[in-house]
Amino acid sequence: MLNIALGRFEGKSRKVAQSSLVYCLLVALGFLFAMPLVWLISTSLKSNEQVGMWPPVWIPYPFVWENYFVAWTSGRFGLYFFNTAFITVLATFGQLLTASMAAFGFARLRFPGREVLFAVLLATMMLPFVVTMIPTFILFKNLGWLDSFRPLIVPYYFGGGAFFIFLLRQFFKTLPTELFEQATIDGASNYRIYYQILLPLSKPALSTVAIFGFLHHWNDFLAPLIYLNSPEKFTLALGLQQFIQRTEVRYQEMMAMALLMTIPVLMVFFFFQQYFIRGVVMSGIKG
Amino acid sequence: MSQEAIPATDSKVTADLSAKPRSVWASPIRRREARDGIVFILPWFLGLLIFILGPFVAGFYYSLTEYDSLLPANWLGVENYRRILFDDDRFWLTVYNTVWYVCAAVVPQVILGLLLAVLLNQKARGITVFRTVFFMPSIVPIVASVSLFIFILHDRFGLLNETLYQVFGIVGPNWLTSPDWSKPSLVLWSLWGIGGGMIIYLAGLQGIPQTLYEAAAIDGAGALRCFWKITIPLISPTILFVVIMGIIGSFQIFTPVFLLGSANYGLAAAGPMDSLLFWVVYIYNQGFFYFRMGYASAIAWLLFMLLVVLTLIQFRLAGRWVYYEDEAAIR
Repeated sequence: MLNIALGRFEGKSRKVAQSSLVYCLLVALGFLFAMPLVWLISTSLKSNEQVGMWPPVWIPYPFVWENYFVAWTSGRFGLYFFNTAFITVLATFGQLLTASMAAFGFARLRFPGREVLFAVLLATMMLPFVVTMIPTFILFKNLGWLDSFRPLIVPYYFGGGAFFIFLLRQFFKTLPTELFEQATIDGASNYRIYYQILLPLSKPALSTVAIFGFLHHWNDFLAPLIYLNSPEKFTLALGLQQFIQRTEVRYQEMMAMALLMTIPVLMVFFFFQQYFIRGVVMSGIKG
Repeated sequence: MSQEAIPATDSKVTADLSAKPRSVWASPIRRREARDGIVFILPWFLGLLIFILGPFVAGFYYSLTEYDSLLPANWLGVENYRRILFDDDRFWLTVYNTVWYVCAAVVPQVILGLLLAVLLNQKARGITVFRTVFFMPSIVPIVASVSLFIFILHDRFGLLNETLYQVFGIVGPNWLTSPDWSKPSLVLWSLWGIGGGMIIYLAGLQGIPQTLYEAAAIDGAGALRCFWKITIPLISPTILFVVIMGIIGSFQIFTPVFLLGSANYGLAAAGPMDSLLFWVVYIYNQGFFYFRMGYASAIAWLLFMLLVVLTLIQFRLAGRWVYYEDEAAIR
């Protein structure tokens, strides 16, 4: 009896030791991972003297909100913010519209060649973007679309990306077929089914696509770099890059700009956390 | 519209079919469905032709020409490829730099990402807070996180070197201005974003039935044994996915390399002594800086071919270590 009791006790204390070890590790690593972001926020509110100080100033006093003001106006971040939002909204809308259309076609409608085309769609997911980068640039150059937002928006009205079509198709397949049958018997056309039944029922999946689309367009650097030349058309990513390039950098202002660019992303993350995770899980299924 | 809907509404068609081998598409209902289906996928299909297949083929054609995007392309045959492979030292430096980074970045992504996920898969109080802390850096816009790292890694008053000096008495390296440390800096940056892979693993780990671990514990298996014999095999498809996507992504890394490389050296440069000259950076350089579109296309096609070969090899090797549950069920 005693032995068993002792054994049990040992097991329990071992477990406690184990979990406290895990906690210590998590706290230490968590500190390391959180520190850069904290440093970003803290620096963005510092005065010039506090930036390079040792010991590091974690909570600046006083808060220098002026850094944001400088970034917003003389850094022209207001303009870049608007440009980026404009591109992001229009491109993401195109992605949602045409990806959901294609996904509906692949999930619910039978037409000749469907299986072959779907295999092609899956294959294009593996295609590295570098092989199409230069010819696509030449295409837009010949169309006279350089230095406009069109190359950053129009392509997303043509399917919106194979991965999103795949993700939406998988979701559409899980919806009960009876709904569609009933609607067909009641005389609804496929267009009406798409608009009045499918889309309203698919809000979770559409939200996932919207969030990933938003992230892509908001953060994109390479495409704006290639296609935009005039500073008044720059996006946030390009504006921040311009700032990095300067020889005389004021880091507190650079951090304020970086944070201004990051805040919308973090807000979307906190408000739509579950859709984020769902999207990642879906991408895992693919493998 | 579903598979079952058709027999319910038009059994005549089925009868028709048994009588005469007519195409299924002959029925007006099926014809309308097919027509609608094509209409719905049409935007994607046009996009496939205009933005994927067209450029894909055109890129290969350009890679066989000399083309500055103004004058008509001048046919060269395989000359571009010959020059890249045999006469271009910068290309081989590019290959070296890129492969260096792929090895140094993908290995921690795969191993540390998995260990972190196992750590975060515990049932402990406040675990979701930790998950958020580790995941958040991976969604920070790249340009923002790179500018943050440029600041943290600053030679003199960056947080890292300052801490190394003041706390440990070590004089830190010139992270971004020394050719030996520019790539490790990039790896440091990539480690901060390891949460992206972690969350994929976490999803995989949560798919493993808890009963397996309980049964193993009853049989007296320790934590380490459970990890090797249960966790690793069951999560191996996810590992394969992370490895393949990690390799494809790391070979094509552009934004952080370009930003770090040009921060102190101007747009055409690639870090101290070309130490940040990576594959896509070189393509950008040749194509969009020197307007050698043909030459740049050939470099892009070489990368494409390399990635195809690497991916095929991985799938081939995967048969040896990846465990698929469905397969086991058949056996």
